[in-house]
Amino acid sequence: MTLHLSIVLWLPLAFGVIGLFAPPKLAGRIALLGALLVLAYAVVYVVDFDRSSGGLQHVTDETWIAELGISYKLGLDGLNLLFVALTAITWFAATLWASFEVWDKPRLFFFHLLLGESAVLGALLAQDLALFVLFFDLMLIPFFFLTGVWGGPQRIAATTKMVIYTLAGSLLMLTAAIATGVLAAQGSEAGLSFAFSDLARRPLGEGTQDWLFLFFAAAFLVKMPAFPLHGWMPDAYRNMPLPALAVFAAVLSKVAAYGFLRVCAPLFPSAMEQFQTLLLAIALAGILYGSAMAFTTTSARLILGYSSLAQLGFITMGIFALNDQGTQGALLQSFNHGLVVAPAFFILALLAARAGGSEDIREMGGIAMRAPVLAAMFLIVAFATLAMPGSSNFVGEFLILLGVFQAKLVFSIVAFAGVVMASFYALRLYIRAMHNRTGPRVQSREMSLRDGLVLVPLVLAIVAISLFPQFALQRTEKTVGGETSYTPARVAGSPAP
Amino acid sequence: MTALAASGPPLDWAGLSPLVAVLVGALIVLMLGLARSRLARETLVPTLSIVTLAVALGCGIWQWGERADLIAGALRLDELTLALTFLFCVAGIATVLLSWRHVAPREAAHGEYYALLLTSIAGMIVLVAAQNLVTLFLGFELLSIPLYVLCATEMRRAASLESGLKYLIVGSVGSATLLYGLAFIYGATGSTDFAQIARALAAGGGLVSDPLLLTGIALAIVGLAFKASTAPFHQWTPDVYEGAPTPVTAFMAVATKAAAFGVMLRLFDVALIDAALDWAPPLAVLAAVTIVVGNVGALGQSSLKRLLAYSSVAQAGYMLAGVVVASRLGVQATVFYLAVYLAMNLAAFAVIVARERETPLGDDIDALNGIGATRPLLAWPMTIAMLGLAGLPATAGFIGKFYLIDAAVAGDYAWLGVFIVVGSMISLAYYLRVIAAIWMRPAIEGDAAALAPPPAGEQPALAGASEEATGLRAQGEVVAVAVIFGAATLVLGIVPSPLLNLVRGAGAALGLL
Repeated sequence: MTLHLSIVLWLPLAFGVIGLFAPPKLAGRIALLGALLVLAYAVVYVVDFDRSSGGLQHVTDETWIAELGISYKLGLDGLNLLFVALTAITWFAATLWASFEVWDKPRLFFFHLLLGESAVLGALLAQDLALFVLFFDLMLIPFFFLTGVWGGPQRIAATTKMVIYTLAGSLLMLTAAIATGVLAAQGSEAGLSFAFSDLARRPLGEGTQDWLFLFFAAAFLVKMPAFPLHGWMPDAYRNMPLPALAVFAAVLSKVAAYGFLRVCAPLFPSAMEQFQTLLLAIALAGILYGSAMAFTTTSARLILGYSSLAQLGFITMGIFALNDQGTQGALLQSFNHGLVVAPAFFILALLAARAGGSEDIREMGGIAMRAPVLAAMFLIVAFATLAMPGSSNFVGEFLILLGVFQAKLVFSIVAFAGVVMASFYALRLYIRAMHNRTGPRVQSREMSLRDGLVLVPLVLAIVAISLFPQFALQRTEKTVGGETSYTPARVAGSPAP
Repeated sequence: MTALAASGPPLDWAGLSPLVAVLVGALIVLMLGLARSRLARETLVPTLSIVTLAVALGCGIWQWGERADLIAGALRLDELTLALTFLFCVAGIATVLLSWRHVAPREAAHGEYYALLLTSIAGMIVLVAAQNLVTLFLGFELLSIPLYVLCATEMRRAASLESGLKYLIVGSVGSATLLYGLAFIYGATGSTDFAQIARALAAGGGLVSDPLLLTGIALAIVGLAFKASTAPFHQWTPDVYEGAPTPVTAFMAVATKAAAFGVMLRLFDVALIDAALDWAPPLAVLAAVTIVVGNVGALGQSSLKRLLAYSSVAQAGYMLAGVVVASRLGVQATVFYLAVYLAMNLAAFAVIVARERETPLGDDIDALNGIGATRPLLAWPMTIAMLGLAGLPATAGFIGKFYLIDAAVAGDYAWLGVFIVVGSMISLAYYLRVIAAIWMRPAIEGDAAALAPPPAGEQPALAGASEEATGLRAQGEVVAVAVIFGAATLVLGIVPSPLLNLVRGAGAALGLL
């Protein structure tokens, strides 16, 4: 059965455009319908997924700009399936949440929210390097507007900073992407092509790989963000409206991690090995720095922001273990973390509403007393964040550390400290908000049915994936262990006899 | 038969038709402008100007695919000439629409204003079709002199007069330098004809390192750099752009630039192609410097016209990359970028013209505050234009940059490709400032007053005819220009094939590679 990926890709944007011309009151519902359809499609893709194949499924391949060798090629495999599912779930939750609230200029708000979903899906599904770069850069535009128009007090400065920071990386990637296509074509008979399948067949020289890889890495590391390149993150997180922030933290950072696997691993295998230690060091620095910041800062948003930075460190580490376990772990952990961080931000909104509008954990406290269900939800999310044994996050981190253990022992040992620190910051957030002495302006109450409508399914999803993480792993293993090398060390480590 | 031969070379009227149409139109418009009837001057003259340009456009489409030497090899009819002619005509039509109710043509007697505009376009056509050094200079001056006057047409505004005078002086220096350079090239190669210059250079014999030729090339680069406003010969640009009437600024920004790049492509990539080692490296350095200077210069500007002036300097730097690589891909990329650059800038300038009439703030960036809510038909085109100029995806600007970087990397100038993206990064800072003003700042007060119905009883009976009210009603054509070119920027970013077909012809015309 062929399910056209173009439909799911353009569906959100189509509904966003329809919403632009609908009465403002209906904009939220129309957007919700769009997000729901995408979710339905994603469920079908996950169920319909052929687990025995590691190759691309549901492929669409059309020539888009022949002169520039750009094709409109989409495909689904074990690498992007989980990300697509994550995108559909979190976007639906965020749209649902947003549709309950009152927004200034609602039509424009939902248009940008859905444009963001289309762009993210495009980046995930693209099987052409130029198309990937196009969507990767496009992701930023709706979030520029979402932050700048509907954000917090310093929104304009924050959004400008975010765009310039992340586009600085992305534009370097544009040059590198074009260079990859052009240089690969120079050695081959056929003309210029940016399709991943063509590029993978045209290996580049080692020196060339190195500089191209560094340009791509810059783009991905800024987007994540990784430790030394995260300067835009605190301001952007503080000012972004919550529904946008939930999907931003849950999905957009993962797209960068996905980029390493989709672009760098098959196209620059020797550079991946060359810079393995450097990237592992960056990842480790991110884990330690993010954890340390997360248990010192008092803004609940930033605790989640810095914890994401640390988690992204783990994911990067898994990717650069350059073996199957690490990559599998990175994929699973990306899915887990996205699923955890989105409800965490919604809970944060509920906490802030109960703490007199403050997002500072010093002003919270004692909220659990009158809100046991909310507390239970939060507890599950917190336990998943700290990778409690039994949670899917535990499986993910375990696989990552196992992979790194085999590749670079030292990094793995230090990274275990990150696991410990995660329990510290997650529990600190939970205890300071829910227990402790009741804060000065706290007026606790149970979460409403509306809040439950958003939160309960997400928490159920966390529980479900914790009970059965194989569900995800079975779908990724064939692609990760398949013929296209997403784990360069395995190929290099097994020389031809 | 002999009498005919003695009277001059045979003329291919069909090939010359676009040029002839523009020149005849200019004469008719000039004459009609003398009529006493207000209707003739204020409506018929601009209408006729548009008709003239549409006819020229039609003649160009008719001649598409023909290649011929015109007037004894003085001009060349090919796809490059025609593609650029299309750009000039489209820019001209947009300029006429923006000028329609503008104060400049009223003060300059309508006929003269539009006749000068048409003459300048004729000069551009001659310039980009030029096949020898003499025609080149002829076209260069025919394009420049009407523009000097057009800049100064708002005779009651000192800045406009200053702008005209400044442009005249700087432009004359540029012309003189160019002429000097052309003379040196003639001296070194012994011919004014491009094909013969190319043959002389291809013959070798140490000519490419002849100091006479090198001096000539250097001076020609400087002369053309003045016109294309590339650093460090760009200093006149912000002042002239700011002072000139806004429709004229829009015209200068897009059409003059296209003409300057057209002639660069012909001179460097055809006549001097075998001396590429002489001119390509310095031109590449010039491009890099231009990108940095233009983008950094734009950062602190609060006047939109100055901001776009610096941005046009930076964009010239990007396009120079396409000239530098001296390949068919480079030619295509340059022409493609010229076209999308035209769409983006015309959309932006149309919005500036509209806001100049609606608010007392002129071209200050604050005039755009909050128009996302109050004037969506202006806000969207401006947003798309800014995103496009910054090179963000889903706009034609992205494809244009992609093409240019592609050409740069393929031509072994990968570092220039990096400069292009570094420039784009810097440029985000000021393009985003404009978008932030549109969507993220509260609307200015005068605007709300203009939009809300006048409170009953407080306004005099003539309230409906107040300046703001007429301003809002009377600029359908300006809004149309903004919307059309904004939409074009978006559509060409998604479906670029029609434009790519056009530029493929232009690239093939030069016979490179």
